[in-house]
Amino acid sequence: MTLNTDPNIAAPDDFYESLIDLHRELSDEQSALVNAKLILLLANHVGDAEVLREAMAVAVQGVARAVSPPAPGKSQ
Amino acid sequence: MKTYTNPVYPYAKPADLDGTTRHWPVIVAGAGPVGLTAAIDLALRGIDVLVLDEDNTVSVGSRAICWSKRTLEILDRLGCGERLVQKGVRWNVGRVFFQDEQLYEFDLLPEAGHRRPAFINLQQYWVEQMLVERVAELPQAELRWQNKIIGVDPQHDRIAVRVATPDGEYRVHADWLIVADGARSPIRGMLGLESEGQVFRDRFLIADIHMSSDFPAERWFWFDPPFHRDQSALLHRQADNVWRVDFQLGWEADPEEEKKPENILPRLKAMLGEKAEFEIEWASVYTFQCRRMRNFRHGRALFVGDAAHLVSPFGARGANSGIQDVDNLVWKLELLMEELAPQGLLDTYDSERIFAADENIQATTRSTEFITPKGNASRTFRNAVLALAKHYSFARRLVNSGRLSVPAVLADSPLNTADGPDDAFGGAMVPGACAADAPVKGPRGDWLLAHLNGEFTLLAFDASLPAAAVATLAGDAIACAVIQVGGAPIHDACLIEDKDGLFAQRYDARPNTCYLLRPDQHVCARWRNFDLARVRAAIARASGGVASVMNREAA
Repeated sequence: MTLNTDPNIAAPDDFYESLIDLHRELSDEQSALVNAKLILLLANHVGDAEVLREAMAVAVQGVARAVSPPAPGKSQ
Repeated sequence: MKTYTNPVYPYAKPADLDGTTRHWPVIVAGAGPVGLTAAIDLALRGIDVLVLDEDNTVSVGSRAICWSKRTLEILDRLGCGERLVQKGVRWNVGRVFFQDEQLYEFDLLPEAGHRRPAFINLQQYWVEQMLVERVAELPQAELRWQNKIIGVDPQHDRIAVRVATPDGEYRVHADWLIVADGARSPIRGMLGLESEGQVFRDRFLIADIHMSSDFPAERWFWFDPPFHRDQSALLHRQADNVWRVDFQLGWEADPEEEKKPENILPRLKAMLGEKAEFEIEWASVYTFQCRRMRNFRHGRALFVGDAAHLVSPFGARGANSGIQDVDNLVWKLELLMEELAPQGLLDTYDSERIFAADENIQATTRSTEFITPKGNASRTFRNAVLALAKHYSFARRLVNSGRLSVPAVLADSPLNTADGPDDAFGGAMVPGACAADAPVKGPRGDWLLAHLNGEFTLLAFDASLPAAAVATLAGDAIACAVIQVGGAPIHDACLIEDKDGLFAQRYDARPNTCYLLRPDQHVCARWRNFDLARVRAAIARASGGVASVMNREAA
């Protein structure tokens, strides 16, 4: 299985609105917690390790790391 | 301490100081649990061994407490497992709490039919004392207290150490030096070697308290409990009504302040209740580290235990893995010293135990990341997992309070003979796995592992082996004992009975199935039918024979 990046949500505006509503009147910290729970729930629903890896790779694309990670295989 | 008085072992002036020095096959540096285990294994194999320790007693304070099933099985082979089990507290069940409720419980040994429990808890000083007593029973081992190694001189054909005693210094040499001198390993420093890794930015208060309590003998772990908000805590029962408590303190905590009884007592009272009556036996504040040396073998110096690799304690993978190091090393050294194996066999000590160390470092690093999240994102996900785990089973699988020590499966070891195309097997006993115990009836009692005696062993299930083949295996330079599981008795073989059918089940055995076990009880080959030539080839391979041929070809 590969990550589906084609349109797959029937009513995208409804979904987006409910996602934003979910965070209404939450502090940044609370929002972060809700997002984390959402990711965990959805990740478990997906289950497939390859799809999850692909989604993580896509999500981090174009986001420059503030601190460069250690070279693979080298202990820090 | 109220429940334990450290023995003071006598110092005796070594004869070496009077100029009568002798050469030793093996010197062991350090009389901790790992060094002592090495000495016992060597002595039982008939190898003279000198153990040098700078102190004159066992561990002061408890330190390691959880001894795994595998450790007990190794110590059973060395004739002292029963002493630990008699004194220790058996446990199989762990519980994980979040705030004021239990998230889940786990049973580390859910099936019956094993001689040893998943773990016993026993204070490190008791274990060391029992191992010292075992060493004293073995004339081939000499243990010298207050003999501190202050220099190492590796040479091509031997290795010399300089030793300081209350009566002055002497020099002694050996074929091999087993370095078991602990996390700070002075010998590692003397040889200019390093152990690389990371320190976790957190501090933990560890205290042993004496208390009469009816808490069960289980591992209890709390995230964010009411008595210790935003941090974790751990409770374990040890022998003599001593309990281990462990409080996460955070990186900012001042170790000297936290160690003071007036600061420890309120934490303990909050955890155990105002009415609990207890005394503090010992307390210390720790930071945890994961480190390992790049190689465990450096010529004639062989690093074992914490000197070679260090893990955070969540999972009881420190002392237990050190004892497995020794279990892996000593039979190889024996074959080498008898000139039955090439030096290359020792390189498999390095590769097999580095594989195991990396597995342990990965497991404990993951646990530590969950218990002590680095950064906001990590903390947020951890808290999200805990919040979801209250209601959803999937999230309970993500909660990590320590993945407890199990022996590494050395599936990629060059000493294994891969399953042949006609030898399909199911189950866990793949080449590289540690032989599972099973209830049997036999001349050496009711357990399979009790019938293994530290040499290569062929388990032949309901097979009619030619008596001449059994005699050949027993008479080979690298001898292999044969244990028949059922069938008609054969001369030279040991006959046992698969009492409850669990042996056959655990080994996916059918009539004629054969398993070859290494001296350290790891499976190294298996077949659906007996074939003498294949068994001998597998023994040659597992003792480095194939590697030596390859080395010669390469050269």
